Amino acid sequence: MKKAFPFLALLTAALLSFALYQAMVVAPTEKTMGDVQRIFYYHVPSAWTAFLFFLINLIASIVYLIRRNLEWDAVAVASAEVGVVFCTVVLVTGPLWARPVWGIWWTWDIRLTSTLVLWLIYVSYLILRRFSTGGQTPVLAAALAIFGALDVPLVYFSIWFFRTQHPQPVIGGGGAIDPRMLRVLLINWLAFLCFGALVFWARYRLEVLQREAEEAEALEALLEPKGASQ
Amino acid sequence: MPALSTITAATLAKDVRLEWRSKDAINSMLFFALLVVVVFSFAFDPDAEQSRQIAGGLVWVAFLFAAVVALNQTWARELRNQVLDAYRVSPAPANSLFLAKAFGNFIFVSVLEGLMTPLFIVFYKLRALGPAWELLPVAALGTWALVVNGTFFAAMSLRTRSREIMLPLLLFPISIPALLAMVNATTAILTGEEAVKFWIVLLGTYDVVFTIGCLLLFELVLEAE
Repeated sequence: MKKAFPFLALLTAALLSFALYQAMVVAPTEKTMGDVQRIFYYHVPSAWTAFLFFLINLIASIVYLIRRNLEWDAVAVASAEVGVVFCTVVLVTGPLWARPVWGIWWTWDIRLTSTLVLWLIYVSYLILRRFSTGGQTPVLAAALAIFGALDVPLVYFSIWFFRTQHPQPVIGGGGAIDPRMLRVLLINWLAFLCFGALVFWARYRLEVLQREAEEAEALEALLEPKGASQ
Repeated sequence: MPALSTITAATLAKDVRLEWRSKDAINSMLFFALLVVVVFSFAFDPDAEQSRQIAGGLVWVAFLFAAVVALNQTWARELRNQVLDAYRVSPAPANSLFLAKAFGNFIFVSVLEGLMTPLFIVFYKLRALGPAWELLPVAALGTWALVVNGTFFAAMSLRTRSREIMLPLLLFPISIPALLAMVNATTAILTGEEAVKFWIVLLGTYDVVFTIGCLLLFELVLEAE
């Protein structure tokens, strides 16, 4: 498994550069928005990747509560952190696009607000992990992840009452998208997924190693007084 | 083993008696909410029409902040003399303790709301244009939405460093849909312009979902070690 890491890294680098070329050069320029629209190739794949990682976090949390296996907890930490990073990218690229196209940086529209609330919930999840002391952290964090998941549909419906300004989903929403644009979008998503998986893998390994190191330190501290008394 | 309701009733009675004698939570909540009312009144200086538009938000923000004061005290009291540890080793079900704490907080925050509402009406010259009795279910459902999750997250934040700060950080993001529903329902009743029904249904759903969630997960949080 460990040997696969450099290959994945190389693949990610190649895919990311190819996707960049596709998004900047190959994809046709949008008629009304012009080149600004190209941010779409970063915005949408980041959003999908973020949601995927939040889903992984939820699944890992539930599995942890059932199995009580700390490796699943490491998966939960890593996926939450990577998810928050991608979600931040979404929340930053969105306003950058909205300013020239809508004329405003931000609006309290359903998708924007839901994504922001999701981001807030996961930031509070990371803060809980940071502030929590001792061995209960995984259980508390898993419980919070489940609460966050319960909250998502409620957030969505509560904001659904307001008018929606966001462009209708292009995929599966019945909207027409140039097949070339769709191709570029999917290539970009693949590249971002690989990148997300790469970062996630590194973070997961780091978490596992850190725990092993802490355990070893704790063990050493337990043994030391004995050695000193002899 | 005593029934769930007996333990709940006993714990609730104990908490209410403690609060009745010390009045710690209610006094600090009242004074805090009063300060919020006064500060907002200075900051916005609204006329009657503006008041109707913003009062829903002001009222609930004041109650939310004040409720955090009470919620933070919920479990802190049980830490002294290791009461919580004693509870953990006893055969009493965890949920009966949780329900007692949640009901207790519900009572305290409801008393606060009852005392603060006349002040709000006076300071903000409020008069509802819609059916005012509808504020009652909104207040009851909204208060329960705040305290049920608040009690749960307060138990969670017991295990963290600087727990007083931790509670609002956990509670506020999760409470956003409930808060949105309470504020919009109250504004709709005060201005008499929009329908309240959707928001009441949403609040009810929120309450049911999170009450079940809390009851399912509370034992894990209490026993987490």
